[in-house]
Amino acid sequence: MTMRSLPRVLGAALATAAVVAILSVKLNAFQDYQIAEIAVEVTAVAGLTVLTGLSGQISLGNGAFMAIGAYTTALVLLHLGWPFITVLVVAAAVTAVAGAIVGVAAARLHGPYLAGATLMLGVALPSVAYIYPGVFGGDQGLNVVFTTPGFLGVNFPPTRWQAWVSSAVALVTLVLLANLGRSRVGRNWRAVRDDEVAAALAGVNVARARILAFVVSAACAGMAGALLAIITGLVAPGAFTITLSIALLTAAVIGGLGTLPGAVWGSLVIVLVPTYATDVATSHGLSAAVAANIPVAAYGVVLILVMLIFPQGIQGGVRWLLGLLGLPAARTWHPASRLEAGSPAGGAPASQQEALLTQRGDPPEPHKKEGTQ
Amino acid sequence: MKRSHRLRMPAVAAVSAAALAVAACSTSGSSSSSAPSAAASSSVALTASAPGITATTITVGSHQPLTGPAAPGYSEIAPASAAYFAYVNAHGGVYGRKVVYKYLDDAYNPATTASVVRQLVLQDNVYALFNGLGTPTHLAAVSFLNAQKVPDVFVASGCDCWNQPSTYPETFGYQLDYIREGKILGHYVATHFAGQKIAYFYQDDEFGMDGVKGLDAEIPHSMVVSRQTYVPTNVNIGPQVAALRASGAQEVVAFSIPAFTALLKLYGLKVGYNPTLVVSNVGTDPITLSGLLETYAKQGGATVNGNQLTAGIITDGYLPTLGDTSNSWITLFKKVHDQYDAKAPFDGNVVYGEAVAYAFVQAMLKAGKNPTRADLVSAINSGLPQGPLVAPYAYGSANHAGATGAYIGIIKNGVLVKEGPVLTTDTSTSGPVTTSTAAPQQAPASGVPAP
Repeated sequence: MTMRSLPRVLGAALATAAVVAILSVKLNAFQDYQIAEIAVEVTAVAGLTVLTGLSGQISLGNGAFMAIGAYTTALVLLHLGWPFITVLVVAAAVTAVAGAIVGVAAARLHGPYLAGATLMLGVALPSVAYIYPGVFGGDQGLNVVFTTPGFLGVNFPPTRWQAWVSSAVALVTLVLLANLGRSRVGRNWRAVRDDEVAAALAGVNVARARILAFVVSAACAGMAGALLAIITGLVAPGAFTITLSIALLTAAVIGGLGTLPGAVWGSLVIVLVPTYATDVATSHGLSAAVAANIPVAAYGVVLILVMLIFPQGIQGGVRWLLGLLGLPAARTWHPASRLEAGSPAGGAPASQQEALLTQRGDPPEPHKKEGTQ
Repeated sequence: MKRSHRLRMPAVAAVSAAALAVAACSTSGSSSSSAPSAAASSSVALTASAPGITATTITVGSHQPLTGPAAPGYSEIAPASAAYFAYVNAHGGVYGRKVVYKYLDDAYNPATTASVVRQLVLQDNVYALFNGLGTPTHLAAVSFLNAQKVPDVFVASGCDCWNQPSTYPETFGYQLDYIREGKILGHYVATHFAGQKIAYFYQDDEFGMDGVKGLDAEIPHSMVVSRQTYVPTNVNIGPQVAALRASGAQEVVAFSIPAFTALLKLYGLKVGYNPTLVVSNVGTDPITLSGLLETYAKQGGATVNGNQLTAGIITDGYLPTLGDTSNSWITLFKKVHDQYDAKAPFDGNVVYGEAVAYAFVQAMLKAGKNPTRADLVSAINSGLPQGPLVAPYAYGSANHAGATGAYIGIIKNGVLVKEGPVLTTDTSTSGPVTTSTAAPQQAPASGVPAP
C-alpha cells in the first residue's frame, strides 16, 4: 500500500503546486500574501492534526512552538545571516528539541491535564521575550529581512516569492506527514490513540510514540514560525498569543481532525473568512463598531455550522459528498481515514454519538482499506 | 426517528448560528458615513495623480485595535478621525476631493497588522497609511511601507523610533514622544519637589524605558530612591507597591497605561500609602482612569469615587484640555463630534483622533492639488503649522518627530486643569526644558485648515 500511495500523494502535491504557481501569477500581490499566510497555517495545522488526530494528544501550545521557530529564524538571520533553507532546518531542529522536552512531560498526561499543561506553555513562553529584551527585542520584537533572490529580477513581486517559498515548505511537509502517517510510526500512533494498553501489549513503546508525535508536531510548528517570520518581516510576542494556538486547533477541527486535506481546508477558512467578512461588512456601509465584530462572528458561525453539519470537519463533508456521487473518496490521501471501506453512509454520521463512535472505534490499522485498492 | 433527527441538525445549526451572529454584534455602533461634498472651485483639473487618489477621492488606510485587549479607549480614535474627515468632506473636501478613510482591525496583533497593511497597500491601493496605532504593531508595517514608498504619516505611538528619516524616510511620528514627555515631567518634579524622595513606576518596555530616559535627564539620581517596573500581563503589583512604600518616596512618577495607573492608586490605598502621583499623559485620561478605578474597586468589593481618587494626579498634555470649553479647538472638535460621532463619549481619545485628522488635512492641502506620494512627504518635511497642538511640530527633512512640547496639568474634579506654561524640549539628555514662545493657534472659523 505504501508503495502504491506515495506516487498518488506526490501527484496531488505537484498538482497543488502547479495550481498555486498559476494562482500566484494571476492574483494580485495581496492575494499572493494570503497564499503565503495560508501556507504558514497549513504547515502548523498539519503538524497539529497529526498530533491530535493520530496520536490522540491535544496541544494548546503549538503557537508557542511557532514562536520558538520564528525567534530562531530571526536570531539566526540577524546574527549569522545563513541562507533561508538552512535557517528553516535549524528552526525545525530547535523546535523539535523543545517539542521533545514538552513531549516527555506530556506523555504522562491525558485529556484536560494535557490541555492545561500545553495551555500554560502557550501562555507563558511568548512572555520570555519580555524578560530578555536584550536578546529578543522585548515588546518591539526583532526585524527579519528576507529578500527576493536576484535571478528573479528587481521587479518580481516579493509577496509572490513569499507565496512560492511558503507553499513549497507546506507541500513538502504535507507529503512527509502523509508518508509518516502511513508508516509504522503512524500505525503506532493510531494504536496508542485507540487503546494504550492494547498497543503496549502489541509491543508498541507507548511513551516513545507519544513523545515522537510531539516532536513531529513541534517541528512543523517551528517551520510555520520560520515562514511567518519571513513573510511578516517582524517577530514580536504579540503575534504568538494564546489566540494563535487556539486558532490552530480550530483550523484542525474545522478542516477535519487527523486528515491532512482537512488541515488545508481549515487553514483556508481561518485565513480567508476574516478578510472576506471584513470586506463584506465594510462594503455594506455598516458602522465601524459592527463591522469590526463581523469577522469574529463569522468565525464563530462557521465553527458552529461545520461542527453541527459535518462533525468530522470539512474533509468529512467532502468525503460524504464524494460518497453520495458514488466516487471513491481519496482515502489514501489522509493517514487517519476513519471511513470503513464499502459503507459510504459511514461518511455522514447521523448524530454526534455516531460521530464519537466512529472516532473512538477506528481500528488500529483498518485492513479493509487495503482491499479497496 | 433517525431520519427526522438527521434533518433537524442543519436547522439547529442555522438557528444557533443566527443567534451567535446577533450576539457577536452587540458592540455599540458609531456612524461615520461620509457627507456630500461641495463642488471644487478650482481652475486646475483634478487628476488621479497617485495611487489612492482619483479626481474625486483620496483613500487613506490605517490599522487600529478595534477589538482585542487594546480596544477599550483606543477604538474611539479612528471613528473620531473619520468624523473629522466627514466634516471636511461636507465643507468642500481637500481641494474638492473627499477623504475616504479605510481603517482595518488588527486586534493589536503584529502578525495581523502585517496582513491588513499589505491588504491596504497592495489590494486597496491606499494613498498613504495614516495614524497606524501601536508600537509593536506598527513596527510590523514600517519596513514594508517604506520599501513600497507609501507615506506613513502620524503614527499613533510615542516611540522615538518613528523619527529615523534616513532609515524610514516615509514615516512620521505625531504625538509627544516619551523621552520629551519624561524630560518635561522630570523638569517639573525636579523644580517643585527639590530635595524630596522620588520613586519611579514604569512599564517594562520601550514606553517606560524611554520615559525614564527623559526623567533621568532632569531628576538628579540622588533623589530617586526606588525604581519599580511592571509587565502589562501581570496585574498583581502588590510587591512593587510595597517596595515603593518601603522606600519612603513622597512622589511616585509613573509611565504606565491607564489600567496600571489605577492599580497603583488602589494598591497604595490598601496599604495606606498615598504619595503624590506624577503620571504620563498616556496613562491619565481622567474619564478612562476614573472609570477603571471604580470598576476595579467594585471587583474588590469596595465602592470608591473615581473623580475623588484621581484628584491631584499631575500629568501633562500636548493637546488642549477637554475642560477648557472656551478653547476654539475644543469647541470645533465638540461640534464635529456631536454631529458625526455622537455615540462615542467626548473624551481625550476623540480629541486626539480629530486633531490628528486635522493634521492630515493640513498636510494634504500643503502637498498640492494633484499630489504624488512624494509630494505629501516633502510637504511634511518642510514643516506644518502647529494647529491644535500646544507646541510646534519638530517636522523637518532631518526630523520626523511630532509634537515638541506640553503643559503640566493637575486633575481636579475629573478634569485636567492646566498648570503653568507650555514647556518644550528635545530628545537629547543635555537639551534644556524651556518655556515655549510659540503662541497657540486659533481654530479656523470654517473648521477646515486654509490651503
